[in-house]
Amino acid sequence: MQDQSESSSKPTESSVLSVPSVAASEVNPFHRIAADFAESKLALFGLLLLALVLLAALLAPLLSPQNPYDLAQLDILDNRLPPGATSADGKLVYWLGTDDQGRDMLSAILYGLRISLGVAVTATLCALTIGMTIGLAAAFFRGRLDTVLMRIADIQLSFPSILIALILLAVLGQGVGKIIVALVAVQWAYYARTVRSAALVERSKEYIDAAIGLALPSSRIVFRHLLPNCLPPLIVVATVQVAAAIALEATLSFLGLGLPITEPSLGLLISNGFTYMLSGKYWISFFPGVALLVAIVGINLVGDQLRDVLNPRLQ
Amino acid sequence: MLVYVIRRLMQSVVVLFVMSALVFVGVYAIGNPVDILINPNADQADIERAIRGLGLDRPLWEQYVVFLKQAAVGDLGKSFAFNVPAIQLILERMPATLELAVAALLIAVVLGIPLGLWAGLKPNSVAGKTIMAGSILGFSLPTFWVGLMLIMVFSVYLGWLPSNGRGPTTVLLGVPVSFLSWDGISHLLMPATNLALFKLSLIIRLTRAGTREALLQDYVKFARAKGLSNARIVGVHVLKNILIPIVTVVGIEFGSLIAFAIVTETIFAWPGMGKLLIDSINVLDRPVIVAYLLIIVTLFIVINLAVDVLYSVLDPRVRLSEAKS
Repeated sequence: MQDQSESSSKPTESSVLSVPSVAASEVNPFHRIAADFAESKLALFGLLLLALVLLAALLAPLLSPQNPYDLAQLDILDNRLPPGATSADGKLVYWLGTDDQGRDMLSAILYGLRISLGVAVTATLCALTIGMTIGLAAAFFRGRLDTVLMRIADIQLSFPSILIALILLAVLGQGVGKIIVALVAVQWAYYARTVRSAALVERSKEYIDAAIGLALPSSRIVFRHLLPNCLPPLIVVATVQVAAAIALEATLSFLGLGLPITEPSLGLLISNGFTYMLSGKYWISFFPGVALLVAIVGINLVGDQLRDVLNPRLQ
Repeated sequence: MLVYVIRRLMQSVVVLFVMSALVFVGVYAIGNPVDILINPNADQADIERAIRGLGLDRPLWEQYVVFLKQAAVGDLGKSFAFNVPAIQLILERMPATLELAVAALLIAVVLGIPLGLWAGLKPNSVAGKTIMAGSILGFSLPTFWVGLMLIMVFSVYLGWLPSNGRGPTTVLLGVPVSFLSWDGISHLLMPATNLALFKLSLIIRLTRAGTREALLQDYVKFARAKGLSNARIVGVHVLKNILIPIVTVVGIEFGSLIAFAIVTETIFAWPGMGKLLIDSINVLDRPVIVAYLLIIVTLFIVINLAVDVLYSVLDPRVRLSEAKS
């Protein structure tokens, strides 16, 4: 029943993300998406940037010349060296310079990237799950629940995200868990809104009526039938929101309200360099910012293309 | 329309109320201002007197009731750190923030609309593509980092512009402003540009999309058939129609400019309310935090309502009513 109904409603979109057995009978939709995606050189460039950033973050301990947070490896004599300088003992070349404690900036950035991406991705996944559930519930049950939830989402969306995050952090204080809570609180409404509008369209289709007619339990209808067909727009929003979360976390950490000094994300590295910039030592702030920019541009380029590829109206 | 406005206002009051309670409880539940504000070397009697003076010895709900009563008459408490009314502290700094936000908005609109028009009229030209690439970059660049880079280039290396502060102000109609003197403008230029960057990208994209859509409409074809000059078609017919969404966005974004000014003000040490908020959070100056949040929430509610009303005036096709979901 499920296979039949879904393949008759929207063959390309639904088979992509739900039932592989249907997909096998047609042109493999993943191939089609990959081919569409590869049409834009800019998007491929974005994918390359994103892959580089992810690899750098995952392999940070292997790639970095020193462990930037092992104090035994730092030499205070090497503090604030310009890019390309050699360490005092002549063993190491600081390609991106050092900070005020003689820490290799390249290593610090690789580790910082890890923290920034980790926080942003965790927050996005949590917000996605929460927002998705709320949006699906609103669309499926309608009525009062829908009105109340969406009104809350609307009111929240009328305030800039940075303000909401600031209020929360002013209340909660610093910490990894707290900044994740703040990022989730900022993001959930986007997902709830997106899923709800997609789910409302899907809900009016016959396969859902059929499933209701079969007296399937609500949870099964929502998660097995409704959800897979609402995923494409959600994926697009999630991609863009990861980039937004990275930028927001960096901004909050820069303001001194985000991560504590023990979790030096890219924003904290930039903040640390701010002090030394007025004396012309640009590299402590400059290079972490470049890493941030590369990550955000990569994600945004991929997200833009995904939006075009996954949009059924453009096919 | 009137019903709509009244309903929105009532809803706003509820939002304000809920926000005030949340913020109050939240802000008053963390930390202990006594540790921060009272000299640790003071003797017990002094500390107790200070606690009583600040009203911190009473239960939380009582503090909130006192707070609400005072808020109703415009008294949001005294700043722990400055010992002056919090609301006065914020209102004193508001002109600086508003000046910064208005300057940023002007930069974004004055540059954004022509650039967006250009990109929309010639989407495949080199200039058009460059403008669009620039706007993608503008979206992706973290604002605070751009601010630092501006300081590095224009203050540290070139030495053209001052890196912090507001410069001399002149009183205009009772409000201190800094754009009337060259020194003031030189202080304003960098923070305003920094703040404008994101909105500039947004306006470029909106204008471009609007222009491309408008060019396909029948009224443009008709205008061409009438033999109107290109300048008139674009300047009058196209521009008028794309202005409606732009006005809305500009209105809504003005609020977010004030919020994002928090970051810009911190970087450039601009003495506005945003910097005051960050400073207050750092020393747990609760009355100022609460007052700032209440004022900004009110500001947002007013801006959002004004934009909605303005929108229906600009575009008679839009009817104000509760959206049916």
